[in-house]
Amino acid sequence: MAQVPLDMKVVDECRRLAASIADDVQRFIDKHTTVGVERTVARAFGIEGVDDQGIPLVNMLVDRIHAQKLLGRGVAFFLGRELLRGAPNLQDAAERLAYGRSEITGEGPETEAQINAVLEQGVKTALKHMDDARDTREAMKARLGMADNPWKYVIVATGNIYDDAIQAKSAAHGGADVVAVIRATAQSLLDYVPHGATTEGYGGTYATQENFKIVRRALDEASEEFGRYCMQTNYSSGLCMSEIAYMAAVERLDMLLNDSMYGILFRDINMQRTFVDQYFSRRLIARSKIIINTGEDNYLTTADAVDAAHTVLASQFINEAFAHRAGVADENLGLGHAYEINPWLEDSFLLELSQAQLVRQIFPNHPIKWMPPTKFKTGDVFHSHVHDAMFNLVGITTKQSIELLGMFSEAIHTPLLMDRYLSLKSTKYIYTAAKHLGDEIEFKKDGIIETRARVVLNEAVELLTTVQRDGIWDSISRGAFADVKRTLTGGKGLAGVVERERAYVNPILSMLEGGAA
Amino acid sequence: MTLIPKHPHLLRAYGDREGDGMVQMTFTLRISPGAQAKEVAKRFAEAHGLREPLISAMEECGPGYTYFVAYGHSIHHVDVSEVDVPEVKMEDLDKHDIEERIEHQIGRKVVVVGACTGFDAHTVGIDAILNMKGYAGEKGLESYKWFDAHNMGAQVENEALLARALAVGADAILVSQVITQRNSHKENASALITLMKERGLRERFVMLLGGPRIDHKLGLELGFDAGFGPGTLPKHVAAFVVQRMMERKQ
Ligand code: B12
Repeated sequence: MAQVPLDMKVVDECRRLAASIADDVQRFIDKHTTVGVERTVARAFGIEGVDDQGIPLVNMLVDRIHAQKLLGRGVAFFLGRELLRGAPNLQDAAERLAYGRSEITGEGPETEAQINAVLEQGVKTALKHMDDARDTREAMKARLGMADNPWKYVIVATGNIYDDAIQAKSAAHGGADVVAVIRATAQSLLDYVPHGATTEGYGGTYATQENFKIVRRALDEASEEFGRYCMQTNYSSGLCMSEIAYMAAVERLDMLLNDSMYGILFRDINMQRTFVDQYFSRRLIARSKIIINTGEDNYLTTADAVDAAHTVLASQFINEAFAHRAGVADENLGLGHAYEINPWLEDSFLLELSQAQLVRQIFPNHPIKWMPPTKFKTGDVFHSHVHDAMFNLVGITTKQSIELLGMFSEAIHTPLLMDRYLSLKSTKYIYTAAKHLGDEIEFKKDGIIETRARVVLNEAVELLTTVQRDGIWDSISRGAFADVKRTLTGGKGLAGVVERERAYVNPILSMLEGGAA
Repeated sequence: MTLIPKHPHLLRAYGDREGDGMVQMTFTLRISPGAQAKEVAKRFAEAHGLREPLISAMEECGPGYTYFVAYGHSIHHVDVSEVDVPEVKMEDLDKHDIEERIEHQIGRKVVVVGACTGFDAHTVGIDAILNMKGYAGEKGLESYKWFDAHNMGAQVENEALLARALAVGADAILVSQVITQRNSHKENASALITLMKERGLRERFVMLLGGPRIDHKLGLELGFDAGFGPGTLPKHVAAFVVQRMMERKQ
């Protein structure tokens, strides 16, 4: 089988450096919480509903506590205290706190032990809810079976969830294994999760719990009808990444786009906020055995794919280190990378093959997410289709795990029904025609492909060495990834970051961290 | 098949021979494949002005949906002499010429502020024009000695862009719009112009609009001085700004 030479000593060094980088941030994470994390805790306790302005109760609740500068104790503390003070249940407790006339104060005779005891049942129910969803999903997967890798992953983005559901089924009919409904354009910057089924959205459809349900239903039908389990994906990113992770967990999503740095680099979300949020989201994801897709592919849209190839690899090690710290297992860690080299560059195909093989070998147990060409796509749909074919050939040869299929209309619009169908058809052809190509070939010793793999790995370890020396915070402010620079206090959402108090209460996180049942 | 006599002004689609009008069309209909579907597709093609349409592919692309490829002779033609499209008119200057012109005719740095506005998070286009790195081997305006370029990045509110332009005393404002779904690019861009007009500031700046779906005609329609589309190079933008500043001076 075709392999590129791998110096395992260098790979180990990369992992060691990434671990140290993540540990530095983890110390910060462990001392902080955010409005997003606390809203997620409230949701996990079953608190739901919106007011007549469409503002979710969890937002009113958390904002009110935050306005009193008390969020460092954790929303759970206040909910528990309200129960001790006579609220009949958690929902009622939340309503009293959010809408009650008297101001919320930090004082009270209630002890931490009392609070934890009164919340115990709520915590159990919250975890059971997630665990049940996971078990249902795993059972369905086992019963219906899964397709071979690479899984064919397509995007749906009509803006109207009911059209999305139709298109999702059509995609499954055409052979898709994974369907992602991409979020509406501006959602990542909303500091709340919209409510209910939605029919308006630009460039995608809002991620809401009801929308998740609608697509899950469509894909369950498709799974039964076509006799093969069809996976559902959405985005756990932006200011609500952990809330969305929770919704995905209880609505049985299979995958989530979830990255430790994407929001910082591509949505200008504050880095302190993102690091804290990603951790809690990944704790939920780990429990639910959802596969994450990281976003390194995006680096190659803002930076050059040849020059910056090593930044993708370096970032994969960092994403892996963060994910491990949140308990995500390798087999659920879909590290991302992409086929984004200028197609007109001589031997661009060989360079792509090299990188894809390198990543495959370094992360053998990870469901690697392989992304198609996008940046060099033009409105010439016929040529674009050929470009995607070359990408598919690399995907099957190097045995990528999850392949997001390229669309010939990439430079024009989010995919139409027909675009997706044609992409699935040609991918099927190439996967079949070249199924065992990777097993049959070997790369020339010290040839272009081998040499390139060595260079990229060596550059990655160099970059990780600098990032480890300077810390991730400074490194990002100097543009280490994606050629994008962000500062410690810049970007959106910083006001929602809070230092935990010594008496911070978050029994859900404690359970997730303890791994208990 | 020749549909009408050749005329230099009248353009027909060219397939294999002058005047054959041959075009290819693909579309999806909500119908299952079959004899009836094929006839429906044929009529659909005919309704679009295709004579003797050939349905060369018919495949189910989703339950109850079929995708078709049709070839046919288009009956339509366009009279070229009736088509008038505004184009950005400017001299073809290179970086060196532009720098010289600013030095001698303006005598101070030209200040520009750019941003990708609204919810749009696509920075690559505006970066290509403004940043050092540039585009297609051409360095961006940041690299020009006689330009002072401020790039605010993406997701910038119109208000914030305008405030910055006023603060740095900009000569030109560069707006990038990439997302076009449901005309969001047009709405965003024209909202900025409206805002500027309300404040009596429109004439103070040279206004440029750019993006993959922008052209000069659209730029003008939306109240900008110019519109720039795919393949724009930093030097085109530099040349236009300088030229427009000179025109205004006169
Ligand atoms: C890279 C990319 C991204 C990156 C952007 C990274 C970044 N920091 O910029 C990421 C991954 C973040 C991204 C996100 C999204 N994207 Co995007 N993205 C692209 C992609 C692949 C390439 C765009 C690009 O960089 N082109 C290269 C530059 C150099 O070209 P350009 O912008 O045309 O710029 C040139 C000219 O137009 C001109 N120009 C541009 N601006 C200006 C300004 C002035 C003043 C002047 C003079 C000239 C000028 O000069 C430039 C150089 O010649 C396109 C597909 C494609 N191939 O076009 C999709 C695409 C633009 N994205 C799309 C969508 C839908 C999204 C999302 C909404 C998806 C989602 N639901 O999350 C999000 C957007 C979120 C948001 N809030 O905006 C759609 C837009 C559909 C539409 N027509 O509305 C596209 C077409 C893909 C698709 N088929 O779905 N995207």
